Amino acid sequence: MAESFLIKRQPGFATIAVFCFFLLYLPIATLVVYAFNSSASIAGWESFSLRWFESAWNNQKVIEASLRSLQIASVAAVIATASATLAAIATTRTAPYRGLTFKYSMINIPLLVPEIVTAVALLILFSRIKIWTGYSGLGYLIIAHSAFCVPFAYMPIRARLESMDLSLERAAADLYASSFQILRYVTLPLLWPGILAGLMLAFVVSLDDVVITEFVKSAGQDTLPTYMLGQMRRVATPEMNAIATVFLVLSLAIVTIIFFLSYTPRKGKN
Amino acid sequence: MSIRTEKVSERRKKKEIRDRWLLSAPALLLILAAGAGPLVIVVVYSFLAPGSHGDVRWEFSTKAWFDVLFTRDIFDGTVSIADAHFSIFWRSAKLAFATMILCLVLGFPTAYFIATRAPRSRSLWLFLITIPSWTNMLIRTFAIQEVIRAEGIINTILMKLGVTSAPIQMMFTDFAIMLGMTYVFLPLMVLPLYASLEKLDFRLIEAGYDLYASSFGVLWRIIIPLVKPGIIAGSILVFVPALSSYVIPRVLGGGQGLMVGNLIELQFGQGRNWPLGAALSITLVIIILVAMLLYVRNTSRSGGGAHG
Repeated sequence: MAESFLIKRQPGFATIAVFCFFLLYLPIATLVVYAFNSSASIAGWESFSLRWFESAWNNQKVIEASLRSLQIASVAAVIATASATLAAIATTRTAPYRGLTFKYSMINIPLLVPEIVTAVALLILFSRIKIWTGYSGLGYLIIAHSAFCVPFAYMPIRARLESMDLSLERAAADLYASSFQILRYVTLPLLWPGILAGLMLAFVVSLDDVVITEFVKSAGQDTLPTYMLGQMRRVATPEMNAIATVFLVLSLAIVTIIFFLSYTPRKGKN
Repeated sequence: MSIRTEKVSERRKKKEIRDRWLLSAPALLLILAAGAGPLVIVVVYSFLAPGSHGDVRWEFSTKAWFDVLFTRDIFDGTVSIADAHFSIFWRSAKLAFATMILCLVLGFPTAYFIATRAPRSRSLWLFLITIPSWTNMLIRTFAIQEVIRAEGIINTILMKLGVTSAPIQMMFTDFAIMLGMTYVFLPLMVLPLYASLEKLDFRLIEAGYDLYASSFGVLWRIIIPLVKPGIIAGSILVFVPALSSYVIPRVLGGGQGLMVGNLIELQFGQGRNWPLGAALSITLVIIILVAMLLYVRNTSRSGGGAHG
């Protein structure tokens, strides 16, 4: 073990890596620590206090924006995951057929096109539709979020499908199960952790979006990130730190669950 | 008999393919409606005339594309190259490139460090790298602001130590944008690098040392050529969002610190020139496509090909 470690060693790499981890966490740690500072200015530490959490909690705009964020993210995540699950079943473990590469590239389009361009495109499209139909509700944001969440939901589901053992499905087919029955009683239960991970990933991604939401939203439809973006241009009070801290804890909780859902203990040496 | 079974299997195959199209239809329609489709609209809009209060007039015009490249002097009508657009595109490209290099310099050792841990602790280290990338990008930008602003921790520490008497201006500079982008996009570099490094056959490195290579020689002539696909993937994953970054320059950059993303937004907001904004968006997409093609082609041609 020690010998193989020496072979793998590159001088200075461990130092840079540790430095990197330190750098990644320093700003976030600062942000969280100062959320608990009683002083209104960020300059110095006064004393421990929860007043900024209280003030955020009593800020009607923050609560409204948070609820709107949660609402959009839950609906969009469900739509994105449902369609991504079907698409993943349709594109895995199949002999290559015409259109398969087309499907892959279509599903990945939201990852490749710069967000600002998608945002502008949707602004143009939706502003037309808003005039035609007179409808200016949350529907536009939900459709936009569902669309860019599809590839994120698709990834873990497809990964799970590809690592799944085919023999159970074959056994079901040998026992004259219809393809729907196989899907319902064999594939879906096995696929469940992947679907759940996809759902949560889509939820977090939707919850995080700033750019597309900023362009698509109608007046008074701030989500928490767009509200924060608006506030960041003004003088920032530690209330922002408090909001960010709560947001952070929520995201981390979800990501931790995803980690354990998709975590499979490795077997063997490597 | 055999002809008949062939027909049946043919029919079954066709049905299967039809089923697969049906299954993928919702996802494809969703992306077509709100991802790929609107891009066509952007192209169309770039060939229309601007309306007086934003939006467009429906008449064919190439003025927006002319304006991307040239400006006409309002007094004497002389045509010159649109310096403002060029300098913003050039600046964005430089910042995105610098960010990519910085991410590579920091990310490669980090990915290597993770890949050489014991298999059991690797997923933990990997998790530590990904945690920040799952916290909101805006929050991370805000966190960087906390560190570098005038009353931020760097300045506070420096002043308490007596290194400087007045806070150093770091906010609203190109340095701030670059720092913010490196911070936000670093995990995008580490993950593909790790994926390549994890598959690295360390027996080759052992062989390198047996043949008296220095550790730098091993790094330069064995490890880097072998993980080239990961380097390419990571560089693209960082360069593309950095080039088209919108939130980070808006928050950390000053009034002069525009990047392409902000320039595009400006045309749809105060500028009220939607066709120009559309043309600039298409220009950005084209630049990204060309950069990706050039990069992938160049790096795949210059050696390392023998290892696939």
